Amino acid sequence: MSAVSAKIQDVFNEPGCDKNKGKSEKERKKGCTKQLAPGAAAGGCAFDGAKIALQPITDVAHLVHGPIACEGNSWDNRGAKTSGSSLYRTGFTTDISETDVVFGGEKRLYKSIKEIIDKYNPPAVFVYQTCVPAMIGDDIDAVCKAASKKFDKPVIPVNSPGFVGPKNLGNKLAGEAILDHVIGTEEPEYTTPYDINIIGEYNLAGELWQVKPLLDELGIRILACISGDAKYKEVAYSHRAKASMMVCSKAMINVARKMEERYDIPFFEGSFYGIGDMSDSLREIARLLIERGAPAELMDRTNAVIEREEARAWERIAPYRDRLLGKKVLLITGGVKSWSVVAALQEAGLELVGTSVKKSTKEDKERIKELMGQDAHMIDDMTPREMFKMLRDAQADIMLSGGRSQFIALKAKMPWLDINQERHHAYAGYEGMVELVQEIDKALYNPVWEQVRRPPPWQEKTWEERANEAIAAEAAALAADPVMAEAARREKRVCKCHNVNVGALEDAIRDGKLTSVEAVGAATHAGTGCGGCQGTIETMLDAANASGAVPASLAA
Amino acid sequence: MAKVEVTKKACAVNPLKMSQPIGGALAFMGVQGCMPLLHGSQGCTSFGLVLFVRHFKEAIPLQTTAMSEVATVLGGLENVEEAIVNIAKRAKPEVIGICSTGVTETKGDDVDGYIQLVRQRHPELDHMGIVYVSTPDFKDAFQDGWEKAVAKLIEVFVPKNDGPVQRAPQRVNVLPGCHLTPGDIDELRDIIEAFGLEPAFLPDLSGSLDGHLPEDFTPTTLGGTSRETMAAMGSAAWTIAVGEQMRLAATTLEKRTGVPFVLFDRLTGLAPNDELMGFLARISGRPVPTKLKRQRGQLVDAMLDGHFHFGGKNIAVGAEPDLLYAIGSWLTEMGAHLQAAVTTTHSPVLEKLAIDEVLIGDLEDLEIRGKGADLLMTHSHGRQASERLGVPLFRLGLPNFDRLGAGHELTVGYRGTRTLIFTVGNMFIAQTHEPNPDTWRQSEEDVHHFGGEAERELVQLAPVA
Repeated sequence: MSAVSAKIQDVFNEPGCDKNKGKSEKERKKGCTKQLAPGAAAGGCAFDGAKIALQPITDVAHLVHGPIACEGNSWDNRGAKTSGSSLYRTGFTTDISETDVVFGGEKRLYKSIKEIIDKYNPPAVFVYQTCVPAMIGDDIDAVCKAASKKFDKPVIPVNSPGFVGPKNLGNKLAGEAILDHVIGTEEPEYTTPYDINIIGEYNLAGELWQVKPLLDELGIRILACISGDAKYKEVAYSHRAKASMMVCSKAMINVARKMEERYDIPFFEGSFYGIGDMSDSLREIARLLIERGAPAELMDRTNAVIEREEARAWERIAPYRDRLLGKKVLLITGGVKSWSVVAALQEAGLELVGTSVKKSTKEDKERIKELMGQDAHMIDDMTPREMFKMLRDAQADIMLSGGRSQFIALKAKMPWLDINQERHHAYAGYEGMVELVQEIDKALYNPVWEQVRRPPPWQEKTWEERANEAIAAEAAALAADPVMAEAARREKRVCKCHNVNVGALEDAIRDGKLTSVEAVGAATHAGTGCGGCQGTIETMLDAANASGAVPASLAA
Repeated sequence: MAKVEVTKKACAVNPLKMSQPIGGALAFMGVQGCMPLLHGSQGCTSFGLVLFVRHFKEAIPLQTTAMSEVATVLGGLENVEEAIVNIAKRAKPEVIGICSTGVTETKGDDVDGYIQLVRQRHPELDHMGIVYVSTPDFKDAFQDGWEKAVAKLIEVFVPKNDGPVQRAPQRVNVLPGCHLTPGDIDELRDIIEAFGLEPAFLPDLSGSLDGHLPEDFTPTTLGGTSRETMAAMGSAAWTIAVGEQMRLAATTLEKRTGVPFVLFDRLTGLAPNDELMGFLARISGRPVPTKLKRQRGQLVDAMLDGHFHFGGKNIAVGAEPDLLYAIGSWLTEMGAHLQAAVTTTHSPVLEKLAIDEVLIGDLEDLEIRGKGADLLMTHSHGRQASERLGVPLFRLGLPNFDRLGAGHELTVGYRGTRTLIFTVGNMFIAQTHEPNPDTWRQSEEDVHHFGGEAERELVQLAPVA
């Protein structure tokens, strides 16, 4: 396990990570080991994250070393598409039994690798470590090394047992595994001045292919996409690219940064979502390639393509603009998507009434304010009931979110569109933008809404009316009882990682005369986990200053 | 009589099996106001959650003790306590159902002990039920988790009968196995109620996961068996258990309360349903209602119409033991031939199947044995094998994530069996190929016999069926 801990420390010390830049040395060392609240947590584990990041490498066998839960409950559940081999969709697991737990699972793992190579002969086998074998001390690095030597084939250990952290950490650990064992181990047949890597794009619903034709037209070659629709050897020789694009997800920032460090491949962070962002990304790719020696005329060609494509996209969106103009959207998603999709929707004439910023950084929030105005409705974390209230109060016409919250919208009989991982439609590039608009139009104007909202003939009150009454009754009870209202206000959690509520923070700020986020963190642990609540804490500090709870002299 | 073999492979390829804890968790979802809680790292819960959401297309209540690496090494008391307190505060459930996982079982967490401590420290939670069942991932399968959880629910919520009790003759307990869908449970309820009896189901997924619009938001289950219903099970006249997996629960209930049980190892097919009707008529003292008599007639007619299409068909089935047994026996009775039977875990019913060998294995095994079959029957994960083999797939069991209406699939009763005959029979009919001139040509050899080189070339251009 010490190897894993060292890797985790290394990943946490990520200078490319925006959140990390804002932390002190000591905080950075602690990393993002967000301690989840038992009984109030959701989301995948590190193993999940590692598998998500690497599984789109299509021609290798992905072998999960663990009990049946890890693979048996989850395989073939993501829509990463392939242009060739479909071996990545085959579920391989050692399915360890009680006996293996007692005597160790290494032998079974070794035999499993042998069986896979005998039967399927893939270019490589990726072995994923999970919690139980990690606990009993199975050394997958050693097994992989031995198997690799014996069978003369790369066998790559991916050390990411679920209990070391959340999904995002797993993405990064997967990145470390390919940095250590894959990237740089093979050479391409030839290189061109137009070779790029795309990192952190998983080709869900085939989105990579919405973008690739444009790159092809410009003569830009995707040397490797890590890891959407990738072949093993492409990842292995990706170190020969001239530049990298880090696709709007911080999941594999360590890969982009370390490739810059080790192989001198510059990278930029961009997005394929939204017409403006897509054009920016193309220009940025061209700029980096020219910087690395490609002819300057590439930029002219790029601009020409952008001009043509933008015009074409607008032309295709135009017929919808009238139908969508002024329709209100509630957006529940996280991270970078919270602003990249905002831009995209506004282009289609839609009005945003709220967006969630649960996983967004401070910079993300700034961009949202830029796009939506200062009074942008940003939502931190919501209970289903609050979400319903939001749907009602903001009178949104449609909700866009991931699959997890779909039923809140659907049960509230609200149009809903999946924009997360499990979606079936591709929304990247100019092509994807048109498709997104079409899908929103289809959802909004489906005649089913009118029908399902009709109350049954025997019902006097609709479900919405009753839910509204319940919410109103709760609000009235709070308004009538200031003590209860105050208690409810103080009860509201600010730091989800350390379970710190408003009351505790206010007390700490007042009693300790605290003036900085760091000081609050030291006193209450709030804001020292994922860092997501630091903005809220800042606001509270400002409010405390303003009200005189902390002497102005101290609050410089 | 079938011989049960276990695969000799070290590596499972394309798992058929799902883990025991999520089987237990699903059972808890059939209890009213319940929050199932997996004691393990958060991935254990997240994978199960996604699986159920994709299958039922419903919001699924499922929580985690979120064990980190350090917590796992030190033991999970704090996490279990914090989880219980947090859930009690946020979701206000009537019951928390805890399942252990591979991680916490490997460590050896004494969850029963933890719960005692939590009870001492939090008297304010006295009103809330807490059930714990040990379900390590590295042992047994989904069906076993369900079985153990139901038996545990009975131990916790059904009080022991010491002396003689007044039994209500019209009340019947029903213990359905995990292979029954919410739709199946509704069907059984209809059948039993038609005899004037009052069935109490444990667990009851029909209220909680049958796909309906709720009255209000709730973080816990909606519908399902209430604690009062469970508490009253001791005064029922009979218990009906469906599926061999429910024997443990039925025996547990009988031992605690003296309520006798009858176990139907399947309710798919004509004969087992005749038996059920006979039993219900006897205990209710009423004749079989006209409605059911009519349904029997319809089933018999469906069997007559359908047998042309089932006769001699080769079918490869992969499912958990009770489901495999129910469907496999029915197919055999319709004249079809079981070409392959793959399952996940041991059960005495497996030996009763009309096939030489039942394999405890994975979907790779099913794919190898299913070559040239007329139909593949297994859960949605069989879709890749189906494509590769060019054999159509009937989606059977859980997870069924790429078709609508999984919760309403029907396999029990006269009506369920009739529906099955039509659906599966129609798949056979859809496969009928139109003959062409080359349909009956055996091989290259045939072509050679017919003529010289030129003619041979021409023939080869024609499509070969």
